[in-house]
Amino acid sequence: MSTEPEKLRNLMRSIFMTHRDEIGCDTCFDQMDLFAELTLAGKDVASAMPHVYRHLQMCKACREEFEALLSALKLL
Amino acid sequence: MEDRNNEEWVRALGGVPDSGVLAALRETLLRGLRYALKQRYHVTESDLEDFVQDALVRVLDNLDTFRGESKFTTWAQKIAVRVAFSELRRKRWENISLQDLVPDDTSEDDSSGASPLSWMPSSELTPEHQITQHSLGALLQDLIREELTDLQRQAMTAIALKGMPLEEVARRMGTNRNALYKLLHDARQRLKQRLEAHGVTVDDVMAAFSPEP
Ligand SMILES: [Zn+2]
Repeated sequence: MSTEPEKLRNLMRSIFMTHRDEIGCDTCFDQMDLFAELTLAGKDVASAMPHVYRHLQMCKACREEFEALLSALKLL
Repeated sequence: MEDRNNEEWVRALGGVPDSGVLAALRETLLRGLRYALKQRYHVTESDLEDFVQDALVRVLDNLDTFRGESKFTTWAQKIAVRVAFSELRRKRWENISLQDLVPDDTSEDDSSGASPLSWMPSSELTPEHQITQHSLGALLQDLIREELTDLQRQAMTAIALKGMPLEEVARRMGTNRNALYKLLHDARQRLKQRLEAHGVTVDDVMAAFSPEP
């Protein structure tokens, strides 16, 4: 079974986007509620909470949860 | 009811929870999850109720960790989302072992295309791009074999190439999601250094994978 170029590209991109100081999933989860509220308020979250912003770019599991949280909050 | 402030939520749910407030929270979490998950994931109403029930237990158990940095309902919804995804991922992947996904195959011979580490350039590209994509792929494949630990190689293959969620791989490896993220971070850093040592730049990668239309 070979791997599609799409996956290779994404892996390459994530390798080159690697930062020395990345937070883990636990810290991301810890701050995700605040991050989601700032996002919904239209704040510049990339500057305000860069570590969370970057983690969400790198981590598919956290990104899925963040997106679901955002849509749940839009309803509240 | 939605106007309850954070202190009021915490006070009403601490100790013996006020049943009316608990019901209000349950309803809020249920509506949020239903809206967030129904379009994209296969979930039944009874799944949703189970998720919310588990989430309420977690919320009550962790009340003292709520720091009030967000609205209480946002914090609780975050927990409900985490519970729901953990369960959805567990079910989706329950019959798939790591061994099935990432066979112990470190052989150099990939001519069969059988290894998950063998990748093919997309055929619709110009020959120039194909060559670059192919050679980058081959280089990365070598680096993954030579520079990573077995654990790093297995985890990276399962997650980045096979799409198994982080926490599912973590459970199978007897670790947790946070620790596995850090292990992968170390692996990415290593690969980045080695690619750079080979003179590969991010521009090369972008050029190889984003051909002009
Ligand atoms: Zn994460």
